[in-house]
Amino acid sequence: MNMHAIPQRTSAETALIDAFGERLSLLPGDGEIMVRRDEAIERLKAGLPTKRVESWHYTDLRRLLTAVPQYDGSAKAEVLSPILEGSAVLPVLNGVAATNKLPTLDGVTIQPLAEKLADGSFAAAALDLYGNDDAVGALNTAFVADGYFVDIAAGTELATPLELQNVQAGGQTHVRFPVRIGKGARVTVLERQAGEGTALASSVSQLLVGDDAEVLWLIEQEQADTATHLAQFKASLGKNAKLTLFVMNTGGKLVRQEIIVDAAGEGSVFTLRGVNLLAGDTHTDVTMVLDHSVPHTTSTEVVRYVITDKAQGVFQGRINVAQKAQKTDAKMACNTLLLSDDGEFSVKPELEIFADDVQCGHGATVTEINHDHLFYLMARGVDEKTARGLLVKAFVAEVIEELEDEALVDALEARIETWFATHG
Amino acid sequence: MLEIKNLHARIAEDGTEIIRGLNLTVKAGEVAAIMGPNGSGKSTLSYVLAGREDYEVTEGEILYNGESILEMDPAERAASGIFLAFQYPMEIPGVATMEFLKVAMNAQRKARGEEPLTIPEFLKRVKAAAGTLDMDMAMLKRPLNVGFSGGEKKRAEILQMKLLQPKLCVLDETDSGLDIDALKIVADGVNALRSPDRAIVVITHYQRLLEHIVPDTVHVLYKGQVIKSGDKSLAMELEANGYAGIIEEAA
Repeated sequence: MNMHAIPQRTSAETALIDAFGERLSLLPGDGEIMVRRDEAIERLKAGLPTKRVESWHYTDLRRLLTAVPQYDGSAKAEVLSPILEGSAVLPVLNGVAATNKLPTLDGVTIQPLAEKLADGSFAAAALDLYGNDDAVGALNTAFVADGYFVDIAAGTELATPLELQNVQAGGQTHVRFPVRIGKGARVTVLERQAGEGTALASSVSQLLVGDDAEVLWLIEQEQADTATHLAQFKASLGKNAKLTLFVMNTGGKLVRQEIIVDAAGEGSVFTLRGVNLLAGDTHTDVTMVLDHSVPHTTSTEVVRYVITDKAQGVFQGRINVAQKAQKTDAKMACNTLLLSDDGEFSVKPELEIFADDVQCGHGATVTEINHDHLFYLMARGVDEKTARGLLVKAFVAEVIEELEDEALVDALEARIETWFATHG
Repeated sequence: MLEIKNLHARIAEDGTEIIRGLNLTVKAGEVAAIMGPNGSGKSTLSYVLAGREDYEVTEGEILYNGESILEMDPAERAASGIFLAFQYPMEIPGVATMEFLKVAMNAQRKARGEEPLTIPEFLKRVKAAAGTLDMDMAMLKRPLNVGFSGGEKKRAEILQMKLLQPKLCVLDETDSGLDIDALKIVADGVNALRSPDRAIVVITHYQRLLEHIVPDTVHVLYKGQVIKSGDKSLAMELEANGYAGIIEEAA
């Protein structure tokens, strides 16, 4: 993935290559799957991407990934109580699907991915990498050991949300969630990325959203502040499909969340909302590539960051509008509240438009707390710390309150409260 | 209650002096009107009283109940009973009005060493106060001042004043942007707060508001100084003859 000559492997690169040798015989799947794994490790052998690779310019993975923990088979993770009460939980505990805990739901087929990779029924092409700089994909394809394959039948309306729960206990985990959502299905999926310890976690969710389906997918990343979390969310939308993706990052030491969406069906609608709360000495990168491939598709993206201490935030948003994708309506906004002098934020919006009859726009702002607002609140007797807290919470609450599900709004606001109690 | 002595204040950013040796005394129970042409320093005076950091006091003293407030931040001043009704109340997206009212009331209670209000007690007080100002409770569920009309914002200011029960109320151009019906509602709200242990400072450009909130004293502010003080007849005189005569007389 990196065409520049790498003089010497970093300890992290060496550790990954060594780990592959050690893990190889334990990884499920052979034939075409093994071919993909080999190709992926070859990419990694060429070196992790540096800032000279455009899509990694603000997240120099080679420099930032300083240590790769060993696999820790003895570490135990516990199932967490779900974000929303009553959700059907699909747990992956320290990289392994906990098959004794699986719920049964009408219209939903659930299979542990290790099983699916081993029995030869998994289409190996799903492990193909995205473009030339796909380090997250390469890491995951090389090492993916488990996860869940979920198939939701056409017309299924799930009354309870599905929670994909990926819980780390330290060491390495590489997990994947291929999800097929049938025509006209309506589902809410919560992807929970949590855990403790010094973990290196890669996680890939890949969705095929059928025609007329409506999906709310929420990624709540709350890893320990010692964890490296490299994640990818890929989705392809059918005709008139609606996908709302809500990403909330409140943890992790080094985080890259990639979002790769193809609005491939006419009339499809993609909505991205993001809340990123960054503190300490952490680095969080949300990178989106959105393709409007056909006419009459719509997207809006609103991503917000709150950055304090020495934290570094990155947002890259790329919208490609194909030549035939007339009547595309795409709007992207990224707003950042920078609360400390040592915090940093880098933003790169990109629009590549080949059609001529489209409405596309983007905007990015980086501000500090509004002093007029602060004065107003203080002039009513609210002390400075409380007033600042109110204003920062208000900044992200605006995005969260767009979710119509009240229970979900409450759950996320509770998560934000917890973050502020520790970092505010 | 309020004693301002030889006050000088300037804009912190560029050092422009706005208040130039202002003297003013307002007693408990008094309603004092501050009148003056545009640019005389009326709004600056209100901000300096509330403690806005965009202004620096370079000389003089502001005593509130005999003690200097210059070292107090805006929250401390508010908790001690000073309230500024803004000429242009801020719109604050994402902060629900009710939540804000609760936080503000309890912050002041805490500063006075009182227990926070229970939710039912809080709701009861808000409903009662909103009723007298002809305000819809649905409005209070919206983010603070966001999308409120000019009149609604002014009513929301008076609502806050009623709920916080301050000792020194400073009303900055509360009449601007109000139609006559709204003006009457707002004035009634202020009049209901008149009491022997409370002082009210009404800052206004026009005499109109003073027909509804009748002042005990009237002070004319010009170029950052009080150039003339009198009773309510001074306001009438200004309305009839304009500021020119008084300015000339003082010069």
